[in-house]
Amino acid sequence: MLIDSLVALSPEIMLSIYSMVVVMVGVFSKTKSMDVSLLWLSCLMFCFISLIIALTEPSDIYAFNGAFKLDGFSQFFKIVILLSSGLILAMSKDYLSRYNLLNFEYSALICLSVVGMMIMVSASNLMAVYLGLELQSLSLYVIAAFRRDSLKSTEAGLKYFVLGALSSGLFLYGASLVYGFTGTTGFEEISGVILDEGLSTGVLFGLIFILGGMAFKVSAVPFHMWTPDVYEGSPTPVTTFFAIVPKLAAIAMLARLLFVPFGNAISEWQQILVFLSISSMLIGSIAAIGQSNIKRLMAYSSISHIGFALIGLTVGSSEGLSAVIIYMFIYVIANFGVFAFILNMQRDGVSVTDISSLSLYSRVNSIRAFCLSLIILSLAGLPPLVGFFGKVFIFKAAINSGFVPLVIVGGLSSVIGAFYYLRMVYLIYFGEVSDRLGGSMPFINQVVLTTSAIAVTLGSINLFGIQGFVSVISTTFLG
Amino acid sequence: MITLNHYLFLGALLFVIGIFGIFLNRKNVIVMLMSIELILLAVNVNFIAFSVYLGDLVGQVFTLFILTVAAAEAAIGLAIIVCFFRNRGTIAVEDVNVMKG
Repeated sequence: MLIDSLVALSPEIMLSIYSMVVVMVGVFSKTKSMDVSLLWLSCLMFCFISLIIALTEPSDIYAFNGAFKLDGFSQFFKIVILLSSGLILAMSKDYLSRYNLLNFEYSALICLSVVGMMIMVSASNLMAVYLGLELQSLSLYVIAAFRRDSLKSTEAGLKYFVLGALSSGLFLYGASLVYGFTGTTGFEEISGVILDEGLSTGVLFGLIFILGGMAFKVSAVPFHMWTPDVYEGSPTPVTTFFAIVPKLAAIAMLARLLFVPFGNAISEWQQILVFLSISSMLIGSIAAIGQSNIKRLMAYSSISHIGFALIGLTVGSSEGLSAVIIYMFIYVIANFGVFAFILNMQRDGVSVTDISSLSLYSRVNSIRAFCLSLIILSLAGLPPLVGFFGKVFIFKAAINSGFVPLVIVGGLSSVIGAFYYLRMVYLIYFGEVSDRLGGSMPFINQVVLTTSAIAVTLGSINLFGIQGFVSVISTTFLG
Repeated sequence: MITLNHYLFLGALLFVIGIFGIFLNRKNVIVMLMSIELILLAVNVNFIAFSVYLGDLVGQVFTLFILTVAAAEAAIGLAIIVCFFRNRGTIAVEDVNVMKG
């Protein structure tokens, strides 16, 4: 029994042992070149583990007395999380060494947070969820403050820590109420109790607290205050990581929490999610208009994208769930492109993040300017690009289940959002003459930027071929 | 006779004090750290009361995990506060304002 569980969780175990090895090797070697090789080794490790996960046959396995459930859904998210983390490590190497931040701790912390996220994605028990969530959050607090000599970075870490700890507290209080009123922490058992006895007031309060805690982690609106500050203050590679990987894990975990233990209380959580998604979409797109820092702008952009993804969860059907998965996949691809560019926004060797420095970038390098514009337009959801189809799937699922008001608000907020996305494209081509950005860009970032631009263009033909696969995953997940 | 409701009331009270401690406190970040500990303590009280009431050990196991994680969290929080203090020279809450959010 124990052996089966250990085998089922071997990717997580391998990665956690590997991150301890990274710490030991890093401490004892003390040479700069070792830090660089540990970074590349971690990239390889992520690819290797995602390969192991991809090669195992998807089947529903329970491990550790039902604390973890391995299914196609968790498998898909784990692969995407691992590959994106590996790519982010590779992309951030140049920035980190430029600012003398390339320490082995960075690789070790990223590895540990990825372990936490893998646990979150497959957790099937409130205790496992909590431990995964904390392993991820504790590592993220530290890497947010990774640039120790920078006031902004440490302030970002401090803000993220206080609000993150508060959100864990909310989640835990909810978990304690759910435990007390259902008598169990297992997801399937909770679902059974709610089916038999109905939703008692205690469990309802627990559900609300848990959703509040989770809304912090996905940065949905009433709990979004930390996002712009943390995105702005953290070093750009860390911002890249924050914008892409924890969002995926949190959405996957939220989906499991909503559909498995509280699947029989759907009408209760739908009301909360409708509120969260409407306010995230509107505030995300309205507040972004006044921003002058591109990292803050991407923070608001991610808030509004999360709002769209929450529409898909609100719907509560397998169609909605597969729309969410596709939407998040497209979001990840577009964000890779944008951040590959932001990581190298520099003027005379100094990194800049103000939007006005994009002015007339088309004259510095027309190909990169074109790629970046395509990706930005895809984020805005302009028709021939893949971002549009992501939104269409979400809206279609919402209309089929009768959530027309959500679709109207979604359409409205994408029109508002288009304003600031288009302003960036306008600046790139017709901005005022000013000091331009430098032209150099490391090879990996160029490849990522170009690939992402090609992907958002060609992806609209067949959605990267994942559509059939994703709908199978989400049907079995809900079935 | 102390019943489950008394414990739940105590838990809720501690939780609310913790939340207010974070939002109303304008003086010191350390007080925020204490408020976070108070919130986790409230949760522990809840879990243990439920565990005894239900005659089920899961709640107490959960509490042990929470205690461990709370210790790690306090360590990390203090480390971040030390880093912040080195850069800013103060840990007053109203001075955590370089970025306006």
